[in-house]
Amino acid sequence: MTTTKTKTKTTTAEATAGDTGASVPGPLVRMEGLRVSFPGAPRPAVDGVSLAIGPGECVALVGESGSGKSVTSRSLIGLAGARARVSARTLEVAGADAAGFGERQWRAVRGRRIAMVFQDALTALDPLRTVGAEIAEAARLGGTAGPDTAARVVELLTAVGVPEPEARRTQYPHQLSGGLRQRALIASALAADAPLLIADEPTTALDAIVQAQILALLGRLKDEGRGLLLVSHDLAVVAQVADRVLVLRRGEVVESGPAGRVLSAPEHPYTRMLLDAVPSGRPPARPAQAAPGAPDAGEAAPLLSGRGLVKSFAPGGPRALDEVGFTLRAGEALGVVGESGSGKTTLARIAMGLTRPDAGEVLLRGRPWSALPERRRRAERSAIRFVQQDPYASADPRFTVARIIGEALPGLRRGERARRCAELLDQVGLSADLLARRPHQLSGGQRQRVAIARALAGRPQVLVCDEPVSALDVSVQAQVLELLDRLRRERGIALLFITHDLAVVRQVADRVLIMRGGSVVEEGETERIFKAPAHPYTRALLDAVLRLPGADGADGTGGAHRAGGAHGTDVTGREDPEQDTEHVAGQDGEHVTKGER
Amino acid sequence: MSTVTALLDRPAAATARRGALLRSPARLAPLVLLAAVALVLVFPGMFATHAPEATDVAAALRPPGAAHWLGTDQLGRDVWSRLVHGTRLSLLIAVGATLIGVGGGALLGLVAGCGGQRVDFALMRVVDVLLGFPELLLALVVVALLGGGTVNVAIAIGTAGVPHYARLVRGQARLVLRSEYVEAARVLGVPAWRSVLRHVLPNVGGPLVVLASIGLGSAIISGSGLSVLGLGPVPPEADWGSMVADGKDFLQTAWWISIAPGLAVSVVVVCTTLIGRSLQLRAVR
Amino acid sequence: MSDRARLVPRRRVPPWARFVARRLAAGLVVVWGTLTVTFFALHLAPGDIVDGLIGPGAAATPALRDQVIAENGLDDPLLVQYGRQLAQLASGGLGWSYQLNEPIERLLGSQLGPTVELAVSALITALVLAVLAATLTAGRGRVVRGAAGLAELLMVSMPSFWLGIILLTVFSYRLHALPSIGADGPAALVLPTLALALPLAGVLAQVIRQELESADGRPFVLTARSRGLGATAVLLRHTLRHALLPLTTLAGFVLGSLFGGAVLVENIFTRPGLGRVLANAVGSRDLPVVSALVVISSAAFVLINTLVDVLHPLIDPRLREGGTA
Repeated sequence: MTTTKTKTKTTTAEATAGDTGASVPGPLVRMEGLRVSFPGAPRPAVDGVSLAIGPGECVALVGESGSGKSVTSRSLIGLAGARARVSARTLEVAGADAAGFGERQWRAVRGRRIAMVFQDALTALDPLRTVGAEIAEAARLGGTAGPDTAARVVELLTAVGVPEPEARRTQYPHQLSGGLRQRALIASALAADAPLLIADEPTTALDAIVQAQILALLGRLKDEGRGLLLVSHDLAVVAQVADRVLVLRRGEVVESGPAGRVLSAPEHPYTRMLLDAVPSGRPPARPAQAAPGAPDAGEAAPLLSGRGLVKSFAPGGPRALDEVGFTLRAGEALGVVGESGSGKTTLARIAMGLTRPDAGEVLLRGRPWSALPERRRRAERSAIRFVQQDPYASADPRFTVARIIGEALPGLRRGERARRCAELLDQVGLSADLLARRPHQLSGGQRQRVAIARALAGRPQVLVCDEPVSALDVSVQAQVLELLDRLRRERGIALLFITHDLAVVRQVADRVLIMRGGSVVEEGETERIFKAPAHPYTRALLDAVLRLPGADGADGTGGAHRAGGAHGTDVTGREDPEQDTEHVAGQDGEHVTKGER
Repeated sequence: MSTVTALLDRPAAATARRGALLRSPARLAPLVLLAAVALVLVFPGMFATHAPEATDVAAALRPPGAAHWLGTDQLGRDVWSRLVHGTRLSLLIAVGATLIGVGGGALLGLVAGCGGQRVDFALMRVVDVLLGFPELLLALVVVALLGGGTVNVAIAIGTAGVPHYARLVRGQARLVLRSEYVEAARVLGVPAWRSVLRHVLPNVGGPLVVLASIGLGSAIISGSGLSVLGLGPVPPEADWGSMVADGKDFLQTAWWISIAPGLAVSVVVVCTTLIGRSLQLRAVR
Repeated sequence: MSDRARLVPRRRVPPWARFVARRLAAGLVVVWGTLTVTFFALHLAPGDIVDGLIGPGAAATPALRDQVIAENGLDDPLLVQYGRQLAQLASGGLGWSYQLNEPIERLLGSQLGPTVELAVSALITALVLAVLAATLTAGRGRVVRGAAGLAELLMVSMPSFWLGIILLTVFSYRLHALPSIGADGPAALVLPTLALALPLAGVLAQVIRQELESADGRPFVLTARSRGLGATAVLLRHTLRHALLPLTTLAGFVLGSLFGGAVLVENIFTRPGLGRVLANAVGSRDLPVVSALVVISSAAFVLINTLVDVLHPLIDPRLREGGTA
């Protein structure tokens, strides 16, 4: 960074800073042939990405983890990292050549010309400061604070649909619900009135209903004339707001074009693969019938059933589970759907005999299960197995794959055990070469397959899957779901499938249980629930599902428009921020009335 | 020890970026140095130039030179030779203390971590109370009760380390027991005691070795500290700390008597700390 | 603990007051536990308790023995003696040192000042040095960080007594710049303060630097920078607060290392103070003095930790409201 250069650059930056972004005819940013590399990495993190964004336009960067999408977006504000080597044929920010920008010029760009919204407001806002202080800081840096900073903060919070802005201003991020936090974060990004907003996975940390609302807010900002760069792994999210889409893979653009074209008629196989992998909410192609060898589903005695299950974690505290019952027959797949705090994980743990219910009972094959002492339950554990959410956490880091699976095969001799392990790996589509590896040497998908192989070791009749794919990349998700479905079809293993994702459940489950606040609000055949939801909350959930254009059951415009009227509805009284998501759908009524109209 | 545990207690801080200090030559150097120290410990005769107890009043308080590499003390004893012979006591006290601390701490920690809630509560309250005391104070109390001397100093320092090791082991044990992989094992029908053997012990052992290797350094500091206060080995036996104490009154005229053994302590502590840290970084990775 | 608190019916006591009261009550239990353990350790330890109380330093004439037995009521049952000791402590009495022939509370009272003076000045020095070193080196190039790491390693590994000896040799005996012994005036405080503060500063600097660097990668820092905040402003307004937070959890450790260090430093610099008293008491096995110091030190620890517990939620809003979120 030479000083002479710095000075001249500053003047250019300031000269353009006078214009308001919307009136500039040219693009807000333009980059050609962006290349970002990190010392020590075998290949560049980003290689040859080109894009331009104009006012009122939304460009989406789509890719899986490690695709370079975040690095690309951060290069636009000079925050790719201290060790990053950034080069480009053209890098224009607000009409100025940013190629030689030093820290000082970048700081003039950040916030004022380009603002950024990150994934999780809980960590993206300073947890030690009030949201008001954060927004005020942004406004002051942008020179838009005015004489009355507090009034400006309230104005900004109002603009993003935060109710009671006066009160919210003085609260800390952890005191707000996920949706409100994210809105506050967006407010801080808008503080300096930047014409371009970069949103890096802005809804990934949110529950479905809130996600739809935040996307609607972003859509509105775009309609007001702001440029938007949306970075996401989720094609369904992208489909809601993007005008143009760039698909990234290993730092290179594999496909780009208008959103409608790319999402409906992808040219590159990778894009197609990503699209296919999106759990699109299509009904399963297979007939939802019991597997060979399993008794006829209608008459069979329930394999696993629970009734009157109650659990609260603090004596006298709120019930995590309140009078919940379920029935799982042999060879059947039962989906349990709910947002965070619905009690679905507690249900899974009670079904596994890991948590003791306060009241009610779980029966396995018609015999007591949850009421047994652990010692007696142990003998029957091989019939019911658990697939946990995070396959990395569920394997001892010191163990090899052989030992991980071998733990489920007690009493076998060494040679026999090795043979069985290889066989099990084969059943989940992995090669026996992996037996000597440790968890950190496996990919996410491989780890979850190993976890499934371990679960299969005792020839179980039931697999309880707790969000088994939510820690995985989309393309891997689809493969793991396919594997679970195959196991059910071919081997008649019943699935109790816990998830927050309605689209996933539609692919896997015969019947669905919708949970909310510890209770079951609706239960029924999967197709019936999707076609004719009876309970308002189910309808709200279904409305919030983001669909790709042209996907089955959607009207092509996607869910965002329907949720579009819902600005500012994730609102509740101050007293109980944690419960917000639940109030949202039920009490605020936006979704509910939509559904009933 | 307390210096070190303070850092280890907080895994976030302990898992700092790898590297910085620990490029490979830096990783090798402390090992080589410690190996040399071990050699001195086993074969002091090979390295000493004089008999450590041989007094020569005529040659008292000589500065370092060709005849006496590190000079002589007030009785004309060769400082270098005393240093060489003092290695054994200094390190034996430290190693003994560390073993006592690790053994006692591991036992307490495992019982608390794997035992029932009430056992855990009772034990950890005791540990909390003990942790409230400066380690040196705890060691001093033990010395006050038992009296000074080599063995008692080792016992005192070891005892003072017990609560630190106990807390680490207990914390780790809890962490592992609550981990999803132990839960996975439970779901597979693995009995709890087997999980303790199979998952908890190996996963506790690693951090314990790390803490012990760093704790060894603090034990040397504490041991020599007690000796400086005149509570350590009884003359004519001398460790590095008691040499420092001997020279304390001659600083004005003969700084080398105290500075040399202090330097030895520092060098060994730097080595054990470095080794402990590189072990730690390896464990983290 | 918190579960039980929730069951207690609500009165109109502000939550923070209840919180402080609960902490102090828990602290009292700790002090009481300490006293109990020392009492029984003293009385049940091998050897005659009469000799233990008198210590080897004073001539244990039969007359003195009888006096000790009578004064301490050693013929009473142990539990009666224990109760009496509790009552004595409650009224501020710490016992009698037969070796020094002085009531212990008076002995300690006269020595408390110099130690507190030393500890406070060392604490401030260490904090200032650590924050400076950490903020100046955090996130810098490899050379700077390597050098800082090395300096910290040396500080941490050097025994404080050795550091004190080096300081004495160089500044007092070679340069004659500063006094070598005593506690008269600020000049006499400089070297002991450094000997006590430098090792502590090494530890604290490591912690702060690691916190700063890990805070640097956190999303809220990225957000702040994406607003156009400069690196220095990010440091002052955001990361430094986060980096200093964990220091509060180290308060107990800091107190301990200050007191432990004071024992040695006061000895090396021949300074009056509690550390010297303790070292002498251990050396002469003056058990009444040692156990009084143990009780005092546990009370100090409890006080500091209560203070930290009370301050912590003020610094970190996430800890307020009984830990919701």
